[in-house]
Amino acid sequence: MTACPSRRALLAGAATTLLAPGWLLVAAQAAVPTGRRWGLLIDTSKCTAGCDACVRACAAEYGWGDATQVRSDQAPRWIRKVEAKDPRSGAVKSLPVMCQHCAKPPCVDVCPTGASFKRADGIVLVDRHVCIGCRFCMMACPFGARSFVHEAVTGQRASAPRGMGTVEACHLCVGRVDAGLLPVCLEACRSEGRAAILFGDLNDPDSAIARRIAEIAPARLRPDLRVEPGVHYGGL
Amino acid sequence: MRVLLAAVSILSMLVTGALGAERTWPGQCVADRQEMRRNHMDLLMHTRDATVRQGVRPAGRGLDGCVTCHAVKDERGVPVTVADERHFCNSCHISAAVRIDCFSCHSSLPGGAR
Repeated sequence: MTACPSRRALLAGAATTLLAPGWLLVAAQAAVPTGRRWGLLIDTSKCTAGCDACVRACAAEYGWGDATQVRSDQAPRWIRKVEAKDPRSGAVKSLPVMCQHCAKPPCVDVCPTGASFKRADGIVLVDRHVCIGCRFCMMACPFGARSFVHEAVTGQRASAPRGMGTVEACHLCVGRVDAGLLPVCLEACRSEGRAAILFGDLNDPDSAIARRIAEIAPARLRPDLRVEPGVHYGGL
Repeated sequence: MRVLLAAVSILSMLVTGALGAERTWPGQCVADRQEMRRNHMDLLMHTRDATVRQGVRPAGRGLDGCVTCHAVKDERGVPVTVADERHFCNSCHISAAVRIDCFSCHSSLPGGAR
């Protein structure tokens, strides 16, 4: 074995020092800590039917809105606006629906390759390096949150790899969250003056989202399925 | 036989410009040239799993860092995509006849460029 940095060293963080030719001293960067669980709280009383700022912001940030050649029923759909009507009262609410980042995700259960997985901090992702495009997860997802890339993609964003033959969905802006930023849907909603979306650590009782959830006891979609979504809907 | 193989490989690298002695990239690579030539695929594979699965994102050490630093510009000064045979990855992969599928999902342009 010649003098060369190990793979572990290569993975490490930005602080590096050259010890000798081929030897780098690097400070290891820690993986995502366990114990945290990222989630969203969406206040449906602030969300209006005509507004799709969150959807547009997501599509622009990750480039999934660029597709023009696809059939409309095959269009990528990381996040969508849904009209929910209570059949008894007739009340109609407009809300964004994206991957619900379940604690017990059915997509992960059915994935034959391990491509669908839940990160230590609760974010449910598709590892598209391993995805074979079988779409079992799309059938298993009770929320219709995932979509399949049917055609070759060019001009991807550097921060948003996506390509033909794999399944994709909302990843809770995982790269931004790892960098300490907020999801783009939240920022778009805030810049529209609505601020209907709250993001934070559900497991931290002192976080703004956890305190608000304790205060208003928001609903989660399809509680009968007991998948325990990480996305909460207030006023539903 | 071994000498012949070495001569052929050096000749092919010269032809494709991969030897690159005349070429200097900005900044320092994550490992020295010989190490990168031999093991870049293992390094990328390992980085990829740690990034996707564990959220380890060391700045400039992902595939985006590679294509940003090693960007090749065309005669108009615009970085070329992997569809162009002058792209850095192509400078070896065409002659080695190893088809890579990284860029069916990842951007082959420097970060931020489309």
